[in-house]
Amino acid sequence: MTWTWLIGAVLFLILAPLAGGLIAGIDRKITARMQGRVGPPLLQPFYDVGKLFEKERVVVTTAQNFYVLAYLIFIALSGALFFAGGDLLLIVFAFTLAHVFLVLGAYAAHSPYSHIGAERELIQLMAYEPMIILAAVGLYMVTNSFFVADIATTAIPIILYLPGVFLGFVTILTIKLRKSPFDISTSHHAHQEIVKGITTEFSGSTLAQVEIAHWYENVFLLGFVYLFFAWNPIIGIIAVAVTYFAEIFVDNVTARVRWQAALKSGWVVAGALGILNLAILSYMMTGGA
Amino acid sequence: MAFLKRSPWILHYDASSCNGCDIEVLACLTPLYDVERFGIINTGNPKHADVFLITGGINEQNREVVKNIYEQMPEPKVVVAIGVCAASGGIFRECYNIVGGVDKVIPVDVYVPGCAARPEMIIDGVVTALGILEEKREKMAGAAQTKESARRAAGEST
Repeated sequence: MTWTWLIGAVLFLILAPLAGGLIAGIDRKITARMQGRVGPPLLQPFYDVGKLFEKERVVVTTAQNFYVLAYLIFIALSGALFFAGGDLLLIVFAFTLAHVFLVLGAYAAHSPYSHIGAERELIQLMAYEPMIILAAVGLYMVTNSFFVADIATTAIPIILYLPGVFLGFVTILTIKLRKSPFDISTSHHAHQEIVKGITTEFSGSTLAQVEIAHWYENVFLLGFVYLFFAWNPIIGIIAVAVTYFAEIFVDNVTARVRWQAALKSGWVVAGALGILNLAILSYMMTGGA
Repeated sequence: MAFLKRSPWILHYDASSCNGCDIEVLACLTPLYDVERFGIINTGNPKHADVFLITGGINEQNREVVKNIYEQMPEPKVVVAIGVCAASGGIFRECYNIVGGVDKVIPVDVYVPGCAARPEMIIDGVVTALGILEEKREKMAGAAQTKESARRAAGEST
């Protein structure tokens, strides 16, 4: 048993908020340019979070602070497990548990907007969960291991075996990054539709924790995208950048859909792209033997 | 650290404006003026807001609403009254249902004149408000520090 896995986890815990904040800054800048605006400074997300820690702590239901902290811890834990090369299934379940805590936090407050946001977050969870698990299964079928350490060091070009799974994963990535057309629970761009959805009742440092958790989450998800291209690090990094740029582009050119359409899209890509891809792959594997 | 000045989130409320000033407030968010350059975001949520922009005079039906929104905003916060109606009631001041300017209900920090107020004036008003916001933050941090040191002194003596 070596201690090298610990280095990945510690580096993730320290560097991911910095990387995540920078990615958010670049995201806002590119979005502004796509809309013909100058846009905020690159470090704006850090100013926002710093500001939130300076604000007064206004909490109606103190339980929500506990849930949001649990959300942050479990997101950071699942990301740390990922970068430590841990078991993909455990990571996916820790990741889901984190979002359950966020939903519980939103339900703890007595606000109809917060409740609608929480319900929509549950719907999103239902929409993307099958595809994430199929992605983990697909990576296992190709590399014969659920461990990220093995998948990341494989010499097999996974993307060639799992193009459908990858496209499905990129689709649900739009849900996970809280981007249009699936930005239904936080109402991030449609500010006044359900006030602020799931984050309506979180303010000050609690909201800052949600934001930091989102940075951790984004870095973890981009790491997941990298796994599909892990056989060649250069192609991998380019693929991650292109994927994120495509997400920003889609965010800017699409209108938001209703929750029914979000749920259907999540399941249709899981069924049509994910399961079909895995079925063909398993047929080819058994057929060859 | 003064992050507050660099990331003021705005809440916009139409008290009983004719929509003239409202359109001008929203114009500030368009690509032409793009106030997001200064980190300004238009939130729809009082609990996330730092700057409260009100257009129009207060009427009998929304005075409670305005008070409620103001109280929901966490400290430090500033109020900017936009347009002459928000300052004094404007041409509506004689109406049977108008209470008067915004300062009849909540404390106002900055008055932006005009009918309708121009986007440049609104941005100028918000920038002035940011100075006041920073003063309030320092005062709040100072008060918290005094309280903390008093508590520590009391803890040591007992």
